[in-house]
Amino acid sequence: MIVRILGEGQYELGGDPLEELEELDAKLLHKIEAGDEPGFHEVLNKAFEKVRGSGTPVDLSRIVPSDLTLPQPDASLEEVRELLASEDTGEA
Amino acid sequence: MGVMKRLTGIVQAKANKALDRVEDPRETLDLSYEKQIEQLAQVKRGVADVATARKRLELQAQQLQSTAAKLQDQARQALAQQREDLAREALSRRAGISTQLEGLKTQHDQLVQQEQKLIVTTQTLQARVESFRTQKETLKASYTAAQAQTKIGEAVSGISESMSDTGMAMQRAQDKIASMQARAGAVEELLASGALPDMTGSSDPLQAELDKTSQQSQIDLELAQMKGALAPPPPSGALGAGTSSEPDTVADDASPGEVVDAPHAASNPSAPDAAPAEAATRPADGQGGPPGGAPAEELFSLGEQAAQQ
Repeated sequence: MIVRILGEGQYELGGDPLEELEELDAKLLHKIEAGDEPGFHEVLNKAFEKVRGSGTPVDLSRIVPSDLTLPQPDASLEEVRELLASEDTGEA
Repeated sequence: MGVMKRLTGIVQAKANKALDRVEDPRETLDLSYEKQIEQLAQVKRGVADVATARKRLELQAQQLQSTAAKLQDQARQALAQQREDLAREALSRRAGISTQLEGLKTQHDQLVQQEQKLIVTTQTLQARVESFRTQKETLKASYTAAQAQTKIGEAVSGISESMSDTGMAMQRAQDKIASMQARAGAVEELLASGALPDMTGSSDPLQAELDKTSQQSQIDLELAQMKGALAPPPPSGALGAGTSSEPDTVADDASPGEVVDAPHAASNPSAPDAAPAEAATRPADGQGGPPGGAPAEELFSLGEQAAQQ
């Protein structure tokens, strides 16, 4: 599985971390909906740790699409919310 | 659907939109290569823009430094004139500039960070573009094979994703720079209009008084020196210009009343009149500051303003 951290690059992950990422993903959505900025960063930081810690960076010469994408490490909740909102307007 | 999955779709779709219009996947590869080349040029321009913005901030900081040095000199002058109140005022203004300098430093740090990020982005993109160029030719050569079509699809998605990621990084950097430039522009306007140092002079009677009394005491000093050196005194117009900021009070306060020709000088602020006034204020103001142009300019603006009032 390929995971991209926006502004940073892609990582290839295998095995157990996937489940954990899905759990974190669900929590992340919850924090975004609740507008809980500290909680949002806390969950996101765990996801970054997991991806960077368990994954290996994808070589630049390998051109592959990602399965999951994480926001920029310094992105605010509002920024991610706006990005998600562009899904509706952008694809219309 | 989870946030991370949705983000993937959004990021890929961003660049895909531009590529979707092309029917032949081989053309899509060429087009996406062109787009990457364009993007590389954009990012390089971005690096240059950040560097320009950073240098601009550095220049502003220098200007603020000069102003601060000048205020410190004014405080010294005021103390020398036994005017602690005015000295206090000058120092408090200097503290205000120090706060502004701190703000500039924060912005400067952020710009340096952005600059470094964009440099890394440029390097990454450069490497990717080069690698993509050879890969797309391989993919195009084997296009007839069914498997290759899938590969092309993947490559296009992959490259779309990278491109929008880079695009977003650029956009974020530009947004940050734009907001910093707006703030930096405000400071620059203040400096250019002379409002920052002169806000001092025009809006505050205490500062005006300090300017006046310091000019006056220097003029008294020069007068004394001239009287000592020369038998006949120099033309009164030159002396009048120096005290022309507040003609009425000057006339009251000045001890050598006969040489003060303030009303005349104020109505005729010609160049020969103004020059000695600048010369009179220069020695004291120049003491602490660097010998650059900025302190001199500030001196000029103070002198001009005094003459206009």
